[in-house]
Amino acid sequence: MSGGAPHFRFVSRKRRVREDRRLVAGHGRFAADLQLEGALHVALITSDHPAARIVGIDAGAALAMPGVMLVLGGAELAAAVDPLMSGPDVPKVRRYPLAVGEARYAGEWVAAVVAQSRSVAEDARELVRIEYAPLPFNLDPEAAYLTDSRPVHAEHGSNVLLDRAFVWGDVDADFAAARHKLAYRVSWGRSSTVPIETFHITARWDAWAQMLDVWASVQMPKYQDQIARALRIPQHNVRVHYDIDVGGSYGVKRGIKHAVLVGHLSRLLNAPVQLIEDRLENMRGGDMQGPDRLFDVELAFADDGRIRAMKMRALDNCGAYAGRAPFQLGKPIGAIVGPYQINSVAYHAISVTTNKAPQEAVRGFGQAPTNYAIETGIEKVAAALGLDRLEVRRRNFITKDQFPYLIPSGTRYDSGDYHAVVDKVLAAADWPGLIAERDGLRKAGLLAGIGLAACLEPGGGNSSFEPLLNPRIDTTTWMESARIVVDATGTVSVTVHTTSSGQGHDTLAATAVGEVLGIDPDEIRVLRPDSIASLASNSPVGSRMAVMLGGAAFHAAGKLKTQLVAIAAHNLGVAAERLVYDGGTVREIDGARRLGWSELITIAHRQHHRLPPGVEPGLAVSHTYQVPTGGALPTADGRVQMYPTHAFEFHVVLVVIDPDIGKPEIRRYVIGHDCGTMINPDIVDGMTLGGIAHGIGAALLEEFAYDGEGQMIAQSFADYLLPSSHEVPEVKIVHHVTPSPYTVFGQKGSGESGYLGAPAAISSAINDATRQLGIGFHKLPMRLSEIGDAIAGAREEAKPSGKAKRK
Amino acid sequence: MKPVNFDYARPNSVAAACALLAADADARLIAGGQTLIPMLAMRLSRPTLLVDILRVPELNGIREKHSGLEIGATTRHVEVETSALVRKHVPLLARAMPWVGHPAIRARGTIGGSLAHGDPAAEVPLVAVTLGAQILYEDAEGPKSMPINEFYLAPTLTALPAAACLTGVRFAAPVAGRRGCGFHEVSARRSDFAIVAAAAEVVLDPDDICIAVSAGIGGAGDTPVRLHSLAEALVGSKLTDRVLGEAARAAVADLDTADDLHASAAYRKRVAAVLAERALRDARDEAMQASSGRRG
Amino acid sequence: MQVSLHVNGTLHTLEVEPRLSLLDALRQNLRLTGTHAGCEHGVCGACTVLIDGEPSRACLMLAVRADGYAIQTIEAIAPAPGELSVLQDAFCETHGLQCGYCTPGMILAGHVLLKQNSSPTREAVVEAISGNLCRCTGYGQIVDAILLAAERLRAGNAAKTGGRP
Repeated sequence: MSGGAPHFRFVSRKRRVREDRRLVAGHGRFAADLQLEGALHVALITSDHPAARIVGIDAGAALAMPGVMLVLGGAELAAAVDPLMSGPDVPKVRRYPLAVGEARYAGEWVAAVVAQSRSVAEDARELVRIEYAPLPFNLDPEAAYLTDSRPVHAEHGSNVLLDRAFVWGDVDADFAAARHKLAYRVSWGRSSTVPIETFHITARWDAWAQMLDVWASVQMPKYQDQIARALRIPQHNVRVHYDIDVGGSYGVKRGIKHAVLVGHLSRLLNAPVQLIEDRLENMRGGDMQGPDRLFDVELAFADDGRIRAMKMRALDNCGAYAGRAPFQLGKPIGAIVGPYQINSVAYHAISVTTNKAPQEAVRGFGQAPTNYAIETGIEKVAAALGLDRLEVRRRNFITKDQFPYLIPSGTRYDSGDYHAVVDKVLAAADWPGLIAERDGLRKAGLLAGIGLAACLEPGGGNSSFEPLLNPRIDTTTWMESARIVVDATGTVSVTVHTTSSGQGHDTLAATAVGEVLGIDPDEIRVLRPDSIASLASNSPVGSRMAVMLGGAAFHAAGKLKTQLVAIAAHNLGVAAERLVYDGGTVREIDGARRLGWSELITIAHRQHHRLPPGVEPGLAVSHTYQVPTGGALPTADGRVQMYPTHAFEFHVVLVVIDPDIGKPEIRRYVIGHDCGTMINPDIVDGMTLGGIAHGIGAALLEEFAYDGEGQMIAQSFADYLLPSSHEVPEVKIVHHVTPSPYTVFGQKGSGESGYLGAPAAISSAINDATRQLGIGFHKLPMRLSEIGDAIAGAREEAKPSGKAKRK
Repeated sequence: MKPVNFDYARPNSVAAACALLAADADARLIAGGQTLIPMLAMRLSRPTLLVDILRVPELNGIREKHSGLEIGATTRHVEVETSALVRKHVPLLARAMPWVGHPAIRARGTIGGSLAHGDPAAEVPLVAVTLGAQILYEDAEGPKSMPINEFYLAPTLTALPAAACLTGVRFAAPVAGRRGCGFHEVSARRSDFAIVAAAAEVVLDPDDICIAVSAGIGGAGDTPVRLHSLAEALVGSKLTDRVLGEAARAAVADLDTADDLHASAAYRKRVAAVLAERALRDARDEAMQASSGRRG
Repeated sequence: MQVSLHVNGTLHTLEVEPRLSLLDALRQNLRLTGTHAGCEHGVCGACTVLIDGEPSRACLMLAVRADGYAIQTIEAIAPAPGELSVLQDAFCETHGLQCGYCTPGMILAGHVLLKQNSSPTREAVVEAISGNLCRCTGYGQIVDAILLAAERLRAGNAAKTGGRP
């Protein structure tokens, strides 16, 4: 795709998302809706201690209860299954679904009770006696990083899961030569996307078929691979069913410990076993919490605000086990300079173990915290120089004629026009009016601030951060597949080979195929075979499906067209180049002869005597699509193309704070969004609005807070506060389209939009509102009580009769 | 999150309910269930018997009584919210009701349930404390009552005797005059329990002099608190902004406040004064709009 | 214990433990899986059903206490298999959902609002759904759906074309 707006028949047009129809009627097929005959139910016993040796488990009384089948502890489980995979190279950090020998965080699953109903399982678990010998614990990442800190995993010898320093460009020289420098710290609190559906899974081992069927609310690449490996069975003995609706995930529903536990139990008991996490199990021990990160940043910049170089140290508190989460320090490397022309970067990524719950992949895979850190810097540069915050951004933005733009860490940004998006947003927001509104509110005695945030959403996915952060991994394939079948009556079906959690992939696939074949997408059926019958997929992660499923479907449809043209050419006796496919018919470019859809189908399915040599009967094609810019390992100095596409968003927010109360109210919200070609505009808008709501929660309300005893305080929805309709303002979305040159329709990934910039924008607004008081906020979430106390403290200090200290 | 096993009984009268409570120390009453059932689900409450009083006829209803108002324990929040009698006799309660949870909670939850549970941050207990209501209850000996200032002891701990059933709440008629009320709340989200809330009612004479004032703070400490010192400070005075501000700050000065995940003790104390002042001002403004001798 | 529940116009007699929630009774005993469990402590609203026409949390109602009410679940809203109500269709038009997990509760909340108020403001819609949490949509397209349905119902009533709301 080159520049200029392409004209599509179906892509980019308003189209209802077909999945919606059955969901509004209550006819979804969620994992908990399955009630298999004879299914047994699991309840988890969790550790009360943040760290403790498990001395003994006495399940006698529990087992005596009618309806109780089994109580399983970690030692028995570890004897029968292999440890779960970690991302970084830390073989001595072993993780099993149940704690083995030692509980390492409060809420860790220590034993599983299996009974005929969930109620009985919960009754029985109260009778299980577990003896613990408490151990010292630590929740602080800086303390964990010290060499003499007590390792959470003794055999590993330290708390360091990952400690890599990268230098891209001559950072020292750039810092030495710079006119100005500044340094700051920001802290991204531990929150997560917390879907309304917890993790649900049913596994059924069939000893006769030697098959483990799995129905799960999962969003995970290589799910069946990892289940099979842990259970020590061949992968084709694991059948994950993809025709399950997942009730939201946004990254977190990996469920690998759930699956291995339940798979093992089913095999042991020869019965279907169902685990429906309750909310407490989910919050404490579901392993679904997000980045918990301290950023220390230094910037070197010029008089005009142009940033020459950046040093960033990112210290992440990974919790008690590794999993894949430490890679969330790696993916942001692919957009480490944000949308800005920063010449050189030093990046130090550290992931440590503590006695908090383990993390899981959260929407953006580390990009949202990193954007928060970068955008804070831009604001500080502007403040230090007394320059306008918009102007500083404009001066630093990569310009539209610089694409593809190579950033210091080796990624080429595909396309964009950041200045144009900003201009559109300012027009839509009535920028002078907004300033006047803010100033009017200030005159009326309120605190008011305008927040800005500009950031990128890398999309299309890839696994390049894996070999970057773990040299033992040499994966460079991160593919997606689609298969199209045209049956004997000419109806078209396309297959999708993963689960979805509301992203509208059926509609996406049908639209892509319809576009290429010139057929109304609503006449194309979309199917989800199970994992054994499927082609390779890497699931909806990394904002990849528009690019990758779109690409696979596009190319598969292209192959189909080629076959149809070949059939026509053979039957018309002309070269294929003299023919064109046109909405189901193949006709001469210069001439009147044609073969219609029906006839082509009939030839393909029933008339072998009319089929060209080399073309198989029937009409089934497939395509497995590799990441357009992928396929390379990192260089020795840690440069690699991370993801192929880079969407852009620019947020403008007006926040008002009653200084006596301290509660921020978002009065206006405008976002400009450029994700290239939008395959389905309603889906894209939905992602953006939902992402902003997630961002509001992360910025103001949500935190998995721990107390001094190592216990999680926010264990339920009473204390973990999700935004309701009252907390999310009406948002105006402004669109811009700079197509990607690397993708089939020019589309870019857009599944994380809004979330990637909203926390930075809200932080920017609150700091703009309170800057005149000499205070600022650098820690998320920014709770109303902290804001209120800081304002009160500043006013107290400013009183002439008080301590006469003014910042 | 499934509850423990329990038996279930649905008595037809309060006396029968009390008898069931007396026979089993681990029996619990259930009315709307909006508070009790989450506790059952988390196994924080572990009764052997649930005594369902929701449909006991004498417990429901809003009745004028001795020129005050009596509300039966099983009257649902939504009924109180939409009641013309409540608007007329206890306007402060009507003012507070939209802050109670959100529509689905108000559809099922009851006034008695909220009062009996006694969450220090709940709106209904705050209004009852502010107005010096009378708690009506019954045990094996028959109907009794207790002034609300004896009722709340600690967070979710009340002086309701074991084997007693809270049957209703009585709000006395206020002194005659021009009445106004005010209610302010700060919470993390709109439908949450209060981080801190203030309720106030003011009665003025025809010359705008304060005849009576009641105010209370919720969410700040262990129980809702009535600001008793306000009466002394304000009765007989003209309620200027300055007077109200000083009185509110003085009344809150000795308030014990709590520290938790959602707010610091300092925040609660400081904002209690702010909200008290605002509630008083709203009450005064509303009273000044009311015509002489009739309730606004 | 036995209890008779009147659900979507049909009377069912169930044998249940007193501790069984109405939510679990609907899903497990009656196989009505359109009502969803999100938190089981009354906060998220995914379990919303209508009890005598009022939105109520099924996780906070014990099955043994749910007799004597007219209970409606999401399954009662579609006029016939394969057909959608005006409100449901509006949700499809504005894409007022993504994963669909909170959607039944949202639709019931909207359904009740539109019965009480044929011209709700945006604020009224926001208030009506404030007890239903959504993590996918950020609420914008949900509010749009309910406002669109209100508009279509008003137009439909004005044109007297009938059709169930």
